[in-house]
Amino acid sequence: MAKETTELICITCPMGCTLDVTHEGDTIVDIEGNTCKRGEDYAKEELTNPQRMVTTTVRVAGGLHPLMPVYTSAPIPKARIFDLLADIRKVEIQAPIRVGDVVLEDVVDTDVDVLASRDMPAT
Amino acid sequence: MMTKKKWDVIVIGSGPGGLAAAIEAKKSGAQDVLIVERDVELGGILLQCIHNGFGLELFGEDMPGPTYAQTFIDEALELGVETRLDTMVMDVTPMRQVYVTKRDGFEELEARAVVLAMGCRERTRPQIRIPGTRPAGVYMAGLAQQFVNIEGWMPGERFVILGSGDIGMIMARRLTFEGAKVERVLEVMPYLTGLMRNYVQCLLDFDIPLELEHTVGRIIGHDRVEAVEAVQVDKDWKAVPGSEEIIPCDTLLLSVGLIPENELSRRAGVAIDPVTGGPYVNEDMETNIPGIFAAGNVVHVYDLVDWVTEAGYVAGCGAAKFAIEQRKHIDRELPVDTGENVHHVIPHRLRKDALVERDVQLQMRVTRPIEERVSVELVDGQEVVARQGARYARPGEMVTLTVPQKAYDAVNKAERLSVRVRER
Repeated sequence: MAKETTELICITCPMGCTLDVTHEGDTIVDIEGNTCKRGEDYAKEELTNPQRMVTTTVRVAGGLHPLMPVYTSAPIPKARIFDLLADIRKVEIQAPIRVGDVVLEDVVDTDVDVLASRDMPAT
Repeated sequence: MMTKKKWDVIVIGSGPGGLAAAIEAKKSGAQDVLIVERDVELGGILLQCIHNGFGLELFGEDMPGPTYAQTFIDEALELGVETRLDTMVMDVTPMRQVYVTKRDGFEELEARAVVLAMGCRERTRPQIRIPGTRPAGVYMAGLAQQFVNIEGWMPGERFVILGSGDIGMIMARRLTFEGAKVERVLEVMPYLTGLMRNYVQCLLDFDIPLELEHTVGRIIGHDRVEAVEAVQVDKDWKAVPGSEEIIPCDTLLLSVGLIPENELSRRAGVAIDPVTGGPYVNEDMETNIPGIFAAGNVVHVYDLVDWVTEAGYVAGCGAAKFAIEQRKHIDRELPVDTGENVHHVIPHRLRKDALVERDVQLQMRVTRPIEERVSVELVDGQEVVARQGARYARPGEMVTLTVPQKAYDAVNKAERLSVRVRER
């Protein structure tokens, strides 16, 4: 298989290094431009199975606000983001809720949970 | 007489700067620390920043905004920081009086040190002078963020976003998540103004086109935005003729900069640097007014919340040190109360070590006349510290008592003093 170079921007931290990734298909031959080890891990994943953290909101009943901000406990496959959002839209949770409480378990065929981002006192 | 409560440190605002200042003030030895917040809960703008990316610098952890805020809210409350919520500061004076309104009325608070932590505001349409009509559907990006993330309603369906700052890009993704179509992000500069990672995960991931060196030439629509005219600009920000493009949409979001919010600072006499829009500060984040400190985006707009927190720590520590010094100074002074037959006495307070330097004269007026020999006395409880005789005492004639230097020991061990004028 022919070697090709893909330019990626690492999103692991705010620095945003531009990575020149030389690869044969999914096999990485060389990475240039990263300033730490996390850049290599990012490049490997981004080429084969890009992952993203997802943050959104869930409807709350009886809370100080009508929405609870939530986040995925780990990144999920980028291709499944909209499936996850559709599942979350079906859910309504009941206040009070503590930060870190599990709102949805094992979402979109992963072992990732959706967690509450804050306390939500009941009204 | 009831002594009104005086706080060591009052912090105005409970965003990351204010929370950090309150926490560090407590840890640095301030006793009574109060946060005044106009919202119904602590946390500030972080509460609507539901995306992650917070805390990497400070904790090495990737947290959503509300989680980052929760960490500091919990810590502040555990440390015994007090709060007044749903309370709006109307005025701050150079003497550190803080006037507030709340649901049950007006109140005057007093502090030994004040930390200004009001954050910043979004630049608005009039401030960038976009031509065109004035229909509904033009919002600042942060305001739209509050609607979508806190209040739960969508401000439109088809969006154009002006400005490639982080708030603009993050809102582009957020609106896409909630089913809207983001037609375009326009940026007047020849480069991205937000973080590269947000370009990747907010725009590239969802095929939202970004156009650099472009701005909104004109807003089109009568009652509601119907389209915006995008236009390319040259290096002097002048429109390039022939580059106009009509982009149909129902909402325009503006993410065109943040300005430190210093309305209260100015009222307190705090001098503002015209370049930053925030107060001139020293290395403790103290403003030109002694005892008034400033923390976070109120000083200048930061890129990362972690740095706002660190600025808050510095201001909080400085404020606590200032308050403790004030307290020490006050502790060295004794109140001089009015006792039997004394209407008032000057001075109101006496430094414990005043007699090291010289005799001190007390001046007073009596309440009722005594037409016989009287004794004018300064007492510590029942112990007489200084005494002087007079042939009479009349309200119309000021009475004086000289406290001699030899009364030093008696004054130094006293906690309160009082004066009385009575028959011998």
